[in-house]
Amino acid sequence: MAYAAGVDVGSTQTKAVVIDETATIVGRSLIPTGANVVTAAEHAFRLALDDRGIPDTEVGFVVGTGYGRYRVEFGDAQITEIVCHARGAARMFPRTGTVLDMGGQDTKAIRVRPGGDVLDFCMNDKCAAGTGRFLQSAAVALGMDLSDLGPAALLGKRAVAISTTCTVFAETEVLSWLGRGKKIEDILLGVHRSIASRSISLLRRVGVEAEVTFTGGVTKNPAMVQVLNELLELEMNVSEESHYMGALGAALFALERMQNSRKDVVKEVVA
Amino acid sequence: MSSALVATDLVGRGAREGGRLFREWYAGLTRAAENGDPAAYVFVMGSLAELVRSFDMPIVFPEINSLQTAVRKTADEYLSLAEDHGYSPDVCGYVKADYALQVRGGEHPMGRIPRPAIAILTNACNTYLKWGEIWERMYGTPVAAIDVPGNRGASPRPEWPSAADFERDRVYVEYQIRELIPRLEQVSGRPFDIDRLREVLDRTNRMGRAWRRLLEINRSSPAVFDAMLEGTIYLGVANALRGTAEAADYFEDLVEEMEYKAAHGIGALVDGEERHRLIFVGVPCYPIFRRFYQLFSEWGGTFVSSTYTWFASGGLEDPFEYDLARPIESLSEGVLRGVTRAVNAMLFHDHALIEAIDTFGADGVVYHPVKSCRTVSTGLADSRRVVLEQRDVLCLYIESDMMDKRVVSEAQLKNRIDAFFEGLDSRKLRKGLSGGESAAAAGPLAGSSR
Repeated sequence: MAYAAGVDVGSTQTKAVVIDETATIVGRSLIPTGANVVTAAEHAFRLALDDRGIPDTEVGFVVGTGYGRYRVEFGDAQITEIVCHARGAARMFPRTGTVLDMGGQDTKAIRVRPGGDVLDFCMNDKCAAGTGRFLQSAAVALGMDLSDLGPAALLGKRAVAISTTCTVFAETEVLSWLGRGKKIEDILLGVHRSIASRSISLLRRVGVEAEVTFTGGVTKNPAMVQVLNELLELEMNVSEESHYMGALGAALFALERMQNSRKDVVKEVVA
Repeated sequence: MSSALVATDLVGRGAREGGRLFREWYAGLTRAAENGDPAAYVFVMGSLAELVRSFDMPIVFPEINSLQTAVRKTADEYLSLAEDHGYSPDVCGYVKADYALQVRGGEHPMGRIPRPAIAILTNACNTYLKWGEIWERMYGTPVAAIDVPGNRGASPRPEWPSAADFERDRVYVEYQIRELIPRLEQVSGRPFDIDRLREVLDRTNRMGRAWRRLLEINRSSPAVFDAMLEGTIYLGVANALRGTAEAADYFEDLVEEMEYKAAHGIGALVDGEERHRLIFVGVPCYPIFRRFYQLFSEWGGTFVSSTYTWFASGGLEDPFEYDLARPIESLSEGVLRGVTRAVNAMLFHDHALIEAIDTFGADGVVYHPVKSCRTVSTGLADSRRVVLEQRDVLCLYIESDMMDKRVVSEAQLKNRIDAFFEGLDSRKLRKGLSGGESAAAAGPLAGSSR
């Protein structure tokens, strides 16, 4: 069997990555998680295989990660997304010292050793402020598509100060700024700055160690990348695969396990 | 007698006896409530339980009553009632549960709690002072607030108690205790008997010696009890029965049991092998107490030590013994030392933690700040930073609550706890301490199917 896979079942989206024996990505998929977590995991896995027409019998090991990792029923093991994001980030950017993962409902700051072992981590607690959900609330309040927020915020010149820390109340605050005649792009820039400052607070708790690698769904948002870079005074690592970093890390663990099992078999035969 | 028979008798005896003593204590409180006996309300930090016990008054620990509502899955009823009456969700959960308990006529999952005929508190916790005022307003309960001088500065005084101001502080506490005695005589209807106090103090001395030995035995590998789970049960007995012969006997027997376990390599984990030695910082998550423990134990994690057993034991961890030749003077010294150490164990525990990491051979430290109590939670983030700087251990910082299950998210806790153990596993693998496991099995993948 030539392939290993990782399936990252997040609160908002499910991602799957298939890698070959050289740890090169050969298939990937991303779908909304929805209400049926088991089906979402299966569907994402199938789509990632279909990317290159790989039969599932060729996949030697599957690791589930994310909040729904225990619902990846075809998975051989489960590992938290904290550890998987660290491993994926270290693979893509070997000089990674800190990972910032911004997802739909949580944000994680992870300090890593070379190679991707987790040294320390911090996450938002009991509250979705500083996560992708905060952006979603702003999009609802402004009647915009989520993917349009970042480009619009980049046009902002004078960011308004979003003071609330509550995602639900953020919607009210955005509306109040609209009522006071503020430009949408300035409000959006303020929203991005608010989220970024909370994320940086998490990063500082674990210690910002360059290089910083940005992972998770919000990496697709160019304004968030720019604001974080400005506030951190550095250039974070971001790649096309950043959104898939958890699934990639899971796939790397799967490959490691698959190869170790083979070594064990060889040892047994030799013995 | 064969060793198998000894093991059957001995191993688990502490858990069985602890449960029995605790139930009997509550049965006694229920009888007191039914008879209308005058009860004294005291708190775990600076309880003065020995003085109260010398008057043979029933002793009520409101903090223990409150946490028991959470352990017995009824706290939400009490918290909701208090909030219906205007208490904010931000107010200490222990206070709210006790307030609701009073409104419900003392009704408690373990029995019935008598009303306070007197309340004795210290300034170890600022909430104690406001808590006493509630009973004062509800029942006109006399409240004796003992002002215990604490640290004057931003760190514990290393020279204390040999410092010159220690004796002045002790005398200050002693005068307050002497003022309290006639009030206890009046409320209990009994004259003060100094020999009876000596007897009670002597029992606490016995219990304290056993307590310290108990904590020390847990340095063994594997640890013989879980300091977060069983340690909390032991704390309950130590506080509730402080100054009784039953408690002194209980802890001496417990030491015998734990020494047997240590000698025979019997660890705290029933269903598995100890793989990670941890230190717990804070108050446990009582709304899911057993499950909270399992989130660690199923990874082979054992809490070998807990700051809870330092700050909530009434100073038992301090190698101080009452001087029976001068009981009141010595009691005042015990209160001064106990309260100061309790506050230090909450606010300045980084040095003690680092020492514990070394002496207990700990791999990780778990910080558990709680929403209900900022006193025990303040400073934990700083402590974590200091510990990480000074020792090569992993730290986990998880927040929930000791009473309010509305702010306990098991899924979030589990995610963080799993990641913590995955990190510990991979660290052990790297250090070559995996105990013979294969590389793959000891790494993060060992955490499969939990």
